[in-house]
Amino acid sequence: MTGRVGSFAASVVALALLLALPQFLRQYYLGLATRMLIFALFAMSLDLLLGYAGLASLGHAAYFGVAAYTIALLILRAHLGSGIAFPAALVAATAIGALFAPLALRARGSYFLMITFALAQVVWSVAFGWRSLTNGDDGMPGVPRPNFGWSLDSTQSFYYFVLAIVGLAALLLLAIVKSPFGRALRGIRESESRMQALGYNVWRYQFVAFVLAAAFAGLAGALYAYFNRFVGPEYLFVIQSAEALIMVILGGAGTLIGPAIGAAVIVFLEDFVSSMTQHWVMVLGIIYVLVTLFARHGLIGLIVDYRQRRSEP
Amino acid sequence: MIWVIHTLNGIAFGMLLFLLAAGLSLIFGLLKILNLTHGSFYLLGGYIGLTVMRLTDSFVLALLAAAITIALLGAVIERFFLRRFHLDELPQTLLTFGFLFIFADLSLWIWGGDPLMLAQPRIFAGSLPLGDYVYPYYRLFLIAVGLVVAGALWWFQEHTRLGTMLRAGVDDAEIARALGVNVSLLFTLIFAVGAALAALGGVLAGPVLSVYPGADFEALILAFVVVIVGGLGSLRGALAGSLLVGILDDFGKAFFPEFALFTVFVPMAIILVARPTGLFGRG
Repeated sequence: MTGRVGSFAASVVALALLLALPQFLRQYYLGLATRMLIFALFAMSLDLLLGYAGLASLGHAAYFGVAAYTIALLILRAHLGSGIAFPAALVAATAIGALFAPLALRARGSYFLMITFALAQVVWSVAFGWRSLTNGDDGMPGVPRPNFGWSLDSTQSFYYFVLAIVGLAALLLLAIVKSPFGRALRGIRESESRMQALGYNVWRYQFVAFVLAAAFAGLAGALYAYFNRFVGPEYLFVIQSAEALIMVILGGAGTLIGPAIGAAVIVFLEDFVSSMTQHWVMVLGIIYVLVTLFARHGLIGLIVDYRQRRSEP
Repeated sequence: MIWVIHTLNGIAFGMLLFLLAAGLSLIFGLLKILNLTHGSFYLLGGYIGLTVMRLTDSFVLALLAAAITIALLGAVIERFFLRRFHLDELPQTLLTFGFLFIFADLSLWIWGGDPLMLAQPRIFAGSLPLGDYVYPYYRLFLIAVGLVVAGALWWFQEHTRLGTMLRAGVDDAEIARALGVNVSLLFTLIFAVGAALAALGGVLAGPVLSVYPGADFEALILAFVVVIVGGLGSLRGALAGSLLVGILDDFGKAFFPEFALFTVFVPMAIILVARPTGLFGRG
């Protein structure tokens, strides 16, 4: 019971902090905080697949990038407004997820990793290669932020916009993982055959989880296109997918707060290390190795381990 | 005639892909590891070959140095890192991804960001006249090397004691261990051989494609496409997949430059739908 009260109090404090952040952060760091929120959503969306359904995808950037590109293409090429482009981006990401899920779900383990990886590369190759439509490697600059009655051009207003959307998405994800559907997913993660025997249509649960994860990743990608006012093929690349994986694992798979923390840590480190040396890529590589060797259950896992050790006599 | 040239180019490129994919496939077949560091082995091999070539002006020494160094590197990675997570694919994937990043940055640090062209061995300097066209001897040499390596691997797998152990390990590592095969040593050995093959590919590709940052990712992705098309763990699949992908890539680049990568990825997607285990993979 105290645990529940404690986590409720922690949520209230965290929310108050997030709301007050623009009061005491300089513009640059507020931008960084916005990026953390967007990647927190991206990591949480992958966690639905990895942490709850037990399916490790190496192609999660596909949905993120497809949504971002949908926004840029509809606004810059088709001259439509965000009122259409934003929902269309979510639909596109969801549709790609629904298209890829049946292909990827034929496999498990390493094959699942490889197929999700390969499918994401197909999308990347279109964005990279189709220069006349997407500008290829150069990407598409000048994506205007949406204007739903008030301007989102200032760092502060855009931060609140992202905070509101990511907050709502996080609540929705929380509702999903707490629902009977979420509990069934965890059951499938632990033992597919047992859940099958209990009469669950395992494939359908995994399919829905896959598509939901794609939709939430698309939401993050759409926000990121607005945030940077730019889209480029790197949004779709395997590095982006792998960063999402390490965010989830670093924070702690199978919780929602863990991946959010992992995302914040990675985004912060990327910014911090890049300001000191040009070797962020090497530092990131070392983080991968260290996390795998020493923090398999993530930062959340470390805290849990520490508490358990302290409570033991 | 232009078709012949493109087909030959495709086969030559396919043979380079085979050197990569054969190792990737062998490693997966035996150790069940999805080795994302494989592209780094290719890149580092190319760079080491380049440096040795500059120092000694010997292509053979360049090949040997790259193969041996990368084989040792591979053995260390398998023995001290990957082994701790046997049959646990997520940590293995993350580890190999971490090494991919580390080696990418390290090689950028040492060799810089510009593409570096490896000098061609002098005996293959000329070209073969083919009607109205000429065809470089070096690419014919690549095709020959690929065929020799494929033949040697097949012979090793089918006709040597070690090859028998390898096949037993692929079928069932635990039973092979119980029957007295030193599976642990076999794992390290095959990982090292696969790494060395990728390094050879890097050196051999140097005079044609040059060595440059990012080549590790490109090589890795194409090798993945090859094993998805051909089937993981199958040597025959790796060869067939390499030739198919090599030829498709060359024709794609020549005739649909905007969709060059697409001509490779679309057949892969079709095969994924029709046969998820690849053309020669075992279900």
